[in-house]
Amino acid sequence: MENEIQVPINSDQDIVTARQKGRLLAAELGFSSGDATLIATAISELARNIVTYAKSGRITLTVINGSARQGVQVVAQDQGPGIGDIQQALRDGFSTSGSLGLGLPGVMRIVDEFEIVSEKDRGTTVKAQKWKR
Amino acid sequence: MEVPILKQGDFLIATIQAALTDADLLHLRTALLQQVVRRRSRGVIVDVTSLDVMDSFASRTLREIAQMIHLRGAEMVIVGIQPEVAFAMVQLGLKLEHVATALDLEEGLAHLKQKSESTL
Amino acid sequence: MARIETEPSSTQVAEEYSGSVEHVKPASFLLRELVAHLRDNRTQLREEWARRITEAKLLTAMTKDEIFAEATSVYDNYVEALETGTFEALQAYARNLSERIIPRGVETREVVGIVLLLRDVLARSLFAKYQADFTKLNRILDAYEPAANRIANTVAVGFVQERERIIREQQEAILELSTPVLQVRERLLILPIIGVIDPQRARQLTEQLLRGIRMNRAKVVVIDITGVAAMDATVANHLVQTVEASRLLGATVIVTGLSPEIAQTIVNIGVDLGKMNTVGDLQGGIEQAEHLLGYKVVPFAEAS
Repeated sequence: MENEIQVPINSDQDIVTARQKGRLLAAELGFSSGDATLIATAISELARNIVTYAKSGRITLTVINGSARQGVQVVAQDQGPGIGDIQQALRDGFSTSGSLGLGLPGVMRIVDEFEIVSEKDRGTTVKAQKWKR
Repeated sequence: MEVPILKQGDFLIATIQAALTDADLLHLRTALLQQVVRRRSRGVIVDVTSLDVMDSFASRTLREIAQMIHLRGAEMVIVGIQPEVAFAMVQLGLKLEHVATALDLEEGLAHLKQKSESTL
Repeated sequence: MARIETEPSSTQVAEEYSGSVEHVKPASFLLRELVAHLRDNRTQLREEWARRITEAKLLTAMTKDEIFAEATSVYDNYVEALETGTFEALQAYARNLSERIIPRGVETREVVGIVLLLRDVLARSLFAKYQADFTKLNRILDAYEPAANRIANTVAVGFVQERERIIREQQEAILELSTPVLQVRERLLILPIIGVIDPQRARQLTEQLLRGIRMNRAKVVVIDITGVAAMDATVANHLVQTVEASRLLGATVIVTGLSPEIAQTIVNIGVDLGKMNTVGDLQGGIEQAEHLLGYKVVPFAEAS
């Protein structure tokens, strides 16, 4: 089992690849099937944001070790247009293109730790972690 | 990968596989609408038993498909959502509002039959 | 992943050279010497250790042969961890060992005890070997102690983590047993919830129910919360999510026994109670469920 997996995100096919690798990694670590699905879903949403708004970026999956448990970390990076108003994006129901927007509040609900850094025209990095129960 | 669409009497059954890309979904949307018109189907079942992740795009597109099919006078029902996928969906806030859902193919067909009988 | 510091800092080397003793060796050299000593004396040190384990009445759940076999594995892993400075193999071994001995009733104090005994046995052999050269003994111990402590820690923590994992699994199993999802009629499930629900239990109940819906092909579920005194917003949210998720599986949910307080909590989190199927009590809920399923309830007199 690798410690770090990088998946370039340039197309909708890459979204599928990223979430399949995420699910596999979670399964290898012994996550429950339900939690593996949550992780795969979160990856799908984050990867989708990259494709929709930045056209290209990268998802990095890492095994993380806590004091008494293991987990998975998902980092979604892109050099896209960035999010102008992060607070707005993190509120439920935010939408620019008449769609569900970035789906970030949903992702926040299914992961344990969530961090986002974004700057207009500089890109966005989202870091999410989920621990094995 | 193209989603296979089978005809069963008055109904169409589309069976989705696990590795479903956005392009596949959009293609399905076009194909289903074409088939509904061409075959004058009264109902469509979308079987997602093999789908391991339902994210916002899939949920939104399925809702759109349901709306379009409804405009053609047909019913749509989604069957086979896995327990874990359902759980992830509600946590993400994806409710598939106004789209009928049933446990499996058998239930889906029963639902469509009941619906089409009641409109006769 | 931390590694044992094997290169001396420049100040350290300078200090060492300022003393005029000829046997100034960098720490990595000493470590190699230490490991060589442990390997050369493997047989007798292992036996000494096994003897002390029995003397201290540890691992009584295991036979002498089993103790010796495990002692050999632990010893070899120990020396390898000292040598390589990496602890992954040791961690994996510790988890594997714990998995095997926990069901046998081996306790934490025994595992910590035997690892500390090994540390003592090895330390004493070092004392014996280097007693003539106090300075060298000190330097060898400088190399040995942090590594030995790290090893003891790794094994003990590995054991405790494994125990905690098993306890968690058992607790979940107990929780599952204590709240069965009951199938009372074809296509009808009842989930009576009693007592305090925390978010973890709520999540577990949801997963259980969804699995149950699928397995029993249920079309209607009655969730009875008469026995639930209070519910905070998080758990109320879980309840709502359970209703929504059940619908995705084609099942209708009827919630019964909703107290005014809990009803208020649900309204407060922004849910339209009018959209939720609620009935006053369990009996009423079952009747409505049967109605939904198309059962006609016939009074006993008529039936006969």
